[in-house]
This record gives sequence, C-alpha cells and structure tokens, in this order.
Amino acid sequence: MRIALFVTCLADTLFPEAAKATVRLLERLGHEVVFPQDQTCCGQMHINTGYPDDALRLVRRHVRTFAPYDVVVAPSASCVGSVRHQHALVARRAGDERLASQAEEIARRTYELSELLVDVLGLTDLDAYYPHRVTYHPTCHSLRMIRVGDKPLRLLRAVRGLDLVELPQAEQCCGFGGTFALKNADTSTAMLADKMRHVLATKADVCTAGDASCLMHIGGGLARLRTGVRTVHLAEILANTEPAPAPAGRAQRKTDGVPA
Amino acid sequence: MPTTAPRGVGHLRGDEPFPVAARRSLADAQLRRNLGHATSTIRAKSAAVIDEVPDWQELREAGSAIKADTMARLPELLQQLETAVVAAGGTVHWAVDAVEANRIVTDLVTATGTDRVMKVKSMATQEIGLNEALEAAGIEPVETDLAELIVQLGRDKPSHILVPAIHRNRAEIREIFLREMPGVDPSLTDEPAILAAAARRHLRRTFLSTRVAISGANFAVAETGALAVVESEGNGRMCLTLPDTLITVMGIEKVIPTWADLEVFLQLLPRASTGERMNPYTSMWTGVTPGDGPQDFHLVLLDNGRSAVLADEVGRQALHCIRCSACLNVCPVYERTGGHAYGSVYPGPIGAVLSPQLTGVEDNASLPYASSLCGACFDACPVKIDIPSILVHLRAEHVTAYRSEHRLPSAEAVTMAAAAYTMDHLPMYEAAQRGSRLARFAGRRGRGLPPPLSGWTVGRDLPQPPPQTFREWWTQR
Repeated sequence: MRIALFVTCLADTLFPEAAKATVRLLERLGHEVVFPQDQTCCGQMHINTGYPDDALRLVRRHVRTFAPYDVVVAPSASCVGSVRHQHALVARRAGDERLASQAEEIARRTYELSELLVDVLGLTDLDAYYPHRVTYHPTCHSLRMIRVGDKPLRLLRAVRGLDLVELPQAEQCCGFGGTFALKNADTSTAMLADKMRHVLATKADVCTAGDASCLMHIGGGLARLRTGVRTVHLAEILANTEPAPAPAGRAQRKTDGVPA
Repeated sequence: MPTTAPRGVGHLRGDEPFPVAARRSLADAQLRRNLGHATSTIRAKSAAVIDEVPDWQELREAGSAIKADTMARLPELLQQLETAVVAAGGTVHWAVDAVEANRIVTDLVTATGTDRVMKVKSMATQEIGLNEALEAAGIEPVETDLAELIVQLGRDKPSHILVPAIHRNRAEIREIFLREMPGVDPSLTDEPAILAAAARRHLRRTFLSTRVAISGANFAVAETGALAVVESEGNGRMCLTLPDTLITVMGIEKVIPTWADLEVFLQLLPRASTGERMNPYTSMWTGVTPGDGPQDFHLVLLDNGRSAVLADEVGRQALHCIRCSACLNVCPVYERTGGHAYGSVYPGPIGAVLSPQLTGVEDNASLPYASSLCGACFDACPVKIDIPSILVHLRAEHVTAYRSEHRLPSAEAVTMAAAAYTMDHLPMYEAAQRGSRLARFAGRRGRGLPPPLSGWTVGRDLPQPPPQTFREWWTQR
C-alpha cells in the first residue's frame, strides 16, 4: 500500500525518531511510504489557543498537500484529531464550504498509527522485539477525541520481550494541553506531578504513548527529576526488532544518567 | 443584542484571573487532599451506578435532544409555563437580570412583613447574590442545605455546584459549627452523624418559625406548570411545604416541555451527580392548593445573560446543563484547583463555559483557558454538552473581542500570526526548524527562557533539539 506520512511539526522538528520509526515500521511491513514535503503543521495549536483565522492558511496547506493521497498516517492522535474534528469547522467558520468538504474527505483517509495498523492493515503482531518493562499512557486525544480504544495495548501485548505494566489512573490527563502548559503552568505542573507519581509506581523503564507532545511533557518532568525513566513513542517500540534494533531512547536522556 | 449579566451584583466574576487564583489553591495541601479524596470517591460511585443502566448512552441522547428542542422554542415554552402557573394560582415575575430579580424577591419578602427567610439550596440565587441583597434590606436568609449551611456559617464561598463544602473536611466543619452555630453542644465531635444531628437541631427551629421560603428549581414543566426540586436531605421538602409563602427563582433554561420529559432527567441526574440510583427526595408542586402547603406562590423567571448565551449557536449548549456537576468530578483541573479559583458560583468545566458567556467573555477572559481540553467532561456529561468545543469557541471569541478593543495586537496574537505565516512558507519553516537548535542557548534545561515560555520550565526540562530534523533525514536517505 502507498501511504503518505503526515509527520506533524513536532515530530519533524523535535522528535524525528518517532517519525523515522513510523517509516521503518511501515516499510518493514512491505508498504511504500511517501513524504509530501510541502506539509508543515495542522494548525491545532492555533485553533486551540483561539486563532482559527490564522489556522485557516495551515488548513488550506494541509488539504492541498494531502489531497493526492489515498491513505495518510500520523504518529499522533492529537494531530489526527485536529484533522478530523477541527479542519472542517475552521473552513466553515471562514465560509469556505469547498475547503470544508475537502478537509472532511482527507479526514476520512487519515489514520493514527495504531488505527492504520489494526483497522486498515489488520495487524496486531508486528514481529517487534523490545525487552523492557513498559507502561502505556493513553493520551486524552487518543482516548476521547479519536477513540483508538485498546489498539495500542493490543499492539504492545504482541511485542516479544516486552513486560507491559498497567499505569494507575491511566485515563487522567498529564496536564500538557498545548498552550495550557504555559498559560496555566502551575496547574499543569500539579497534574504532571501526579502522572509522574503513577508512572514511577509501575517501576517501568519506559513510558510510551502515541503522542510526542504528551511524551515531551511527561519526559520533560521525568528528566527534571532525574528519574531515569525514558519516554519512547509507540512507533519506536513497534519498529524495533531483534535483528535490527532501533536506536535506544533519545540522546538527551543519556546525559541524565539513563541506566543501560 | 441581548444583554449580559450586570457587573457589581452577584457571583459570576472573580477578582483575579484563574492562573493567579489557582496558584493559591494549589499551594493548599489540605484543600488538595480534601478535593482529591472527594472527587475520586464520587467518580467511582457514579461510574458504578451508570454501569448498571444498559441504555445510558440512549438516555444521554434523549436528554440532549429534549434540551435542544427546548432551546429551539424557549420563548413559546416559557409563555406556556407562565399560563399554566397562573392557572394553578401562582404568580409569575420576569427578571431581566440579577438586579431586577433581587428587587422582585426583596419586595415580595418585605410585603409579608417577615425579617427572616429560609432557603433551599439554589444556584440561581447564588448567581445573583440574593442573600446579600436580602441582608441589605434587613432580611436574614437561612440556608437549609447542610453543605450550604456550612458555607454560610463559615462566611465562605461554595466551591462545588452540588457539594458546596467539598473543600472542607469534618474537622473543619466541627470548628465552624462550634464557632458559629447558636446554641451548639460544646462537646460536639467530628463524627458525621453527630455533626448532622447538630445541624438538624439548629434547622428545626428555623423550619418551624419561618413563614417565607425561597427555592430554586431543577425543572419546570411547561405543559402543567409543575416545579420540581430534587435533593438528598429532606430539608428542601420542609422549606417547600411548611411556609405560607414560597418564592422560586429559576433560570429560564430550566423549563422542559412535558411531564414525560422528567422521566429522562430523573434517571440521568442522580446517577451522574451523586452516584445514586435515585435522589432521596423529589418534591413537585403546581401553583397552590387551598389548605395544603404554601398559600402564596411566586415564580421569578431569571434571564441574567441567558438570552445572550442562547443567541450563540455554538455556546448555547451550555444552557442544556442540569447542574449535576459530573464534569467537575472528572475534571483534572478542578480536582487540583477547587472551585474558588474559577471566581464564579459555576466552577469546573461547565463554569468555564457558562460564566464567560453570562458575563461577556472579556469579564471572565481567563476561564476558557482553564482547561487542558482533555475531554473527560464531555464524556461525563449526562446531556452530552460538548464542553471542549465551546471552550475552543470562546477562546476565539476572546481573541476577537481583544482585537476589537485594542489598537495594538497582543504579543500572543503577533506570535501566533507569525508562526502561522512561517508554517505556511516552507523555506521559512525549515529555517525556523534549524533555528530551534539555537534553543540550546536557553540553557541545558531551558531555564533561560523568557515568559510565557518560562512557564514550561517550572517543572519540566526542554527536549534537546535533535541534530537533524525528520525532513533532513528524509532528503538524505
């Protein structure tokens, strides 16, 4: 299958490992991955902060960039959620009905990674290997905006060597919320503190999720406390195989004394 | 254009923005323990009884549909309600705002010649600051709901829609009773039953000696003129049946079309709010009945900004709210900051959308941002109010209002416009990506960042930008 990668601006700029893993994984499964180079950002940050008018140009760009592709995948539930639930609204708000219906068409062909793997490709066992104790944080937008349900857990359970431990109060928000973390920094930090407490209670080496943004938040907190717990995107775990292991963690974490 | 709730009266506006007020609550370890314990207990109770109902999702749909239908023909239903109430021997008053409602109620009480009224817990009268207005006219209001009484005796403010004293534990309540309750037994312990008995003795005297009561209403049935109050303690029923005069203050959105519609809401409300299968007391009354109950009944229909909410096609969903407070109990922000941080009698997620709409968004500009948009409130709402979408809508309203009131754009608006422009021009976007590596100059953990970015480094490290972006890797592979 020919699959267009919607990399998301955050993964492109700060977390390329998640995006590279998505490419490696899909190619390993025998699919052709294309990267439409005109893409930049879905505009979710603008929309959620109150700037839908500024987001309009980004919605236009997204629609223009992805219109030629039949299947689009993103390693982010949040950005897929924006494409599905916000793009058409932004277009309609601006009175552009044509753009709205184009956005709706693209939304129907856009999948979050675990949705693509389980629902479209019909796979749960990806022959992945990841010999670590892992806990999974279901990000709010995975859970409640696009409702991926237990698909990521089904994928993780099939990973060989992986010891999956349940995260207490998993469904509670980590407190990131885009600009919420800046505008309400104290409340956000209080939410993060509880999330970290639960992650540490699992005694996991790795906390994974389907969104680089939430992992950036949780990982930033865990690094500040020098806990040694790493945050790794779901795609990186699924891309990892015994013969060809993925690079472990991100370079930054090594300076924080990550146990080997 | 319909007007918003007036300034200077009532309790819809805070004195300080949410992040500032929240900081104080977050520093109060006792408050956070009380709230965390109370909300997790009620969440579990509610989830268990909701699981028992096989058609919960269909019930939510039904509740949502009835409310949407009601809002679509609100003027007609209110007129029908008025006709039915008058036919049953009641009197209907229309109050455009808090000032008018307070004047109507104060005049009605004064006309009875009494200087004390008892009250059934009511969000509408809290909203308009009726107690303060009565006190200014020399009338003493006595709250009879136990939690509301605790708040009143403690000269405190309610911090939850359903459990106004949720932020207090029993040791604190004992202290309040010892200090403020007339004639209380000085050997009072903090056993819940002992505390409840003390409140009961105190309230009995009020019930038997007060001739006027003021209530809110959970529902008003347009076709019959029946009013309904649901409660847990029975104190409300005493207020509704014992006095000579009953005055009900009701927001205009509380009307429902038919008696049969109650069936849906009386299933949704208790399970979503207190986690009970049915609330212990449901009182209904239609006008007056000679020789039984209050002989004089007044219904005050309160607008106070509701017409303005109704005029907003996205925001009007907030008027569907049945005040169950399920959204508060699941909200991770409310759980940590408590209700006072919201500055309004309507705290939590529903308050964050309702208060700014009732007052005009600029009077509560920080509230639409007091959410991480996690969506737990939408899932919990028994009438399916899409609170996250209304929050996002109100943020855009705020940005628009700011733009029209200020000649210079805000720093945030400039940043957002520049970011959107950059992201829409590929060479600039790629240059900005490379520039992100300069963020290393912000210090190893990003502690050298300017505000508002410095908010990030309160408790988190910045990610170290990678040596190569994804698109650079893609081009080179």
